[in-house]
Amino acid sequence: MQQVFKRPLSLKDVQTHFCPGCHHGTVHRMVAKALDEYDLQKRTIGVASIGCSVFLYSYFDIDVIESPHGRAPAVATGVKRAKPDSFVFTYQGDGDLAAIGTGEIIHAANRGENISVIFVNNTTYGMTGGQMAPTTLLGQRTSTSPYGRSLENEGAPIRVTELLTNLEGVSFAARVAVNNAKNLMDAKKQIKKAFRYQVEKKGFSFVEVLAACPTNWGMTPIKANERVGTELSDYFKLGVFKNVANL
Amino acid sequence: MARIEIDEQRCKGCGLCTIICPKQLIILCSKVNNLGYTVAVFDPSAINCTGCTLCAEICPDVAIKVFK
Amino acid sequence: MEKRLFVRGNEAVCLGAIEAGCRHYFGYPITPQNDIPEFMSRELPRIDGVFIQAESEIAAINMVMGAAATGNRAMTSSSSPGISLKMEAISFMACMELPCLIVNISRSGPGLGGIDASQGDYFQAVKAGGHGGYHILVLAPSSIQEMYDLTMLAFDLSEIYRIPAMILGDAVVGQMKEPLIPHPRPDTELPEKTWALRGKGDGEQRIIKSLYLGDGELEAQNWKLHSKYQALKDNETRWEEFETATASLLVTAFGSAARIAKTAVMMAREEGLKVGLLRPITLFPFPAEAYAAATQQCKKVLDIELNTGQMLEDVKLSVTRDTDVFFYGRPSGTGSLPTPEELLEQIRRHCS
Repeated sequence: MQQVFKRPLSLKDVQTHFCPGCHHGTVHRMVAKALDEYDLQKRTIGVASIGCSVFLYSYFDIDVIESPHGRAPAVATGVKRAKPDSFVFTYQGDGDLAAIGTGEIIHAANRGENISVIFVNNTTYGMTGGQMAPTTLLGQRTSTSPYGRSLENEGAPIRVTELLTNLEGVSFAARVAVNNAKNLMDAKKQIKKAFRYQVEKKGFSFVEVLAACPTNWGMTPIKANERVGTELSDYFKLGVFKNVANL
Repeated sequence: MARIEIDEQRCKGCGLCTIICPKQLIILCSKVNNLGYTVAVFDPSAINCTGCTLCAEICPDVAIKVFK
Repeated sequence: MEKRLFVRGNEAVCLGAIEAGCRHYFGYPITPQNDIPEFMSRELPRIDGVFIQAESEIAAINMVMGAAATGNRAMTSSSSPGISLKMEAISFMACMELPCLIVNISRSGPGLGGIDASQGDYFQAVKAGGHGGYHILVLAPSSIQEMYDLTMLAFDLSEIYRIPAMILGDAVVGQMKEPLIPHPRPDTELPEKTWALRGKGDGEQRIIKSLYLGDGELEAQNWKLHSKYQALKDNETRWEEFETATASLLVTAFGSAARIAKTAVMMAREEGLKVGLLRPITLFPFPAEAYAAATQQCKKVLDIELNTGQMLEDVKLSVTRDTDVFFYGRPSGTGSLPTPEELLEQIRRHCS
């Protein structure tokens, strides 16, 4: 018998701090696998953000810079422009990217920076304790929307992938999930494709991953995983929104 | 013929592998690991594991190795 | 004959930066520093450099962070309110120990303020403008030649000490034209950048971060930074003295205010008044020893600033204990700078 599934080289053999059932771990492994498949580990500079995703450097065996809250796309711009032969990706959550970092993501995308962005959307601020995020669904109760998010008070959740798709500078944009067999396979494929865009110098690539946060949703991991396939996927439609080079 | 190995010390007992396995060969048991989680176990008598790797694909803790 | 240029201070900064090997500029428009991004947008593409007009001051300084992390010389420039926006990232870079240059062609404040010359940002520059308690290297040019020279020095010291550096100027030294004698970058021995991100290759992973959660790690990092600040104080203070040896009144001022003060001191000398000028060039590290030495004999100090008294605190901490420190301040906003005659009048009062 041969081992047919092993830990990617780019991922350190360590325990993560993520809660049970948190999809970050799954997404981390997929990103590491994509780095391995294009043999990128040695020339990658990862850009970490703020929140549960901050410990990128503890889990990935690659060079990493941490960035202030929301600023990862600007930091990544600086890295890539100064070192164009490096492979640069940011890994950001929805609080980071879709709230405090809206300016940076929109303009990095619009400039068509040749970087890749992995956007993990779990509809909440995880590390700070489950506060309302720009992607929190209407009616969703969080520690700062205890009566449920309301359209009148907070507006509707932001669909970031659709927003970015409209920008000329974006070459590839997709929304995926990792909650079931079909979605897992597709997520792997799209993350890999996003990286291929950068490898082939074809411009800005973006993958939004719908993810579960069982702890802050107050659900079991299995219930939270289910919610990704129902409530989240109903509002945030899965699919490839832009693929200009038809890769 | 295939089998999996679950690293019990890495497993956080989330159970996602138990629901994704098409043959339902993984269950959460009552055993508690060093982190205090009740861990997932692979039915050692299973002969119908196909090595599809879905359990390993979804495992957020990269705790599963698949052999085929 | 040596080459002489007749340029604005803002252009001198750009020329100094390019001569120092800086090829990465990230900025955002704000008066009175717009000559800098305009110059860089024209010149950097010609020499394979990178110019980006960012979407905000915040994005610009974070681009600097990214470029600096790769070991390349990188800079941004702005003016007071824009510098405020950069402070979060400057605090990060202070902790990350990333070299870079930030140019503040400051304007008056607080708030939106005006665009006239002001020294209202001394506290912000010198006392940690951002959170957490840190220092950056702060240089205060008072001539167009110094705008050029100190820009080059800032890059070198920034790399040697792994600390962000700031040029603190204002509209006077930024927009005024004076002759500049350009010269090649000094042949300074610089440490190897064993920390720079490059993609790990076959080596060890490198991490640039400011999050230290392990027991005692952040405290250790703070003490490490502290010892760096001490080393800067011990080795890198710079100042100019003019007629101080025989002075019974020591005038002190920095940057643009020091230009006017120097004229006033010369006028006072012509009147036979025993006055000298001490002009700090490094604001951090502050040349405390120069004040201590000068006030062994001279027991009166007149501090002149274009604010209501900021450097004053450092002057008071630096002079000998029995020295009287007086202050004359002109926070801008009146549309006019103090005249040499106005300062001479102050000098006369303290000499009588």
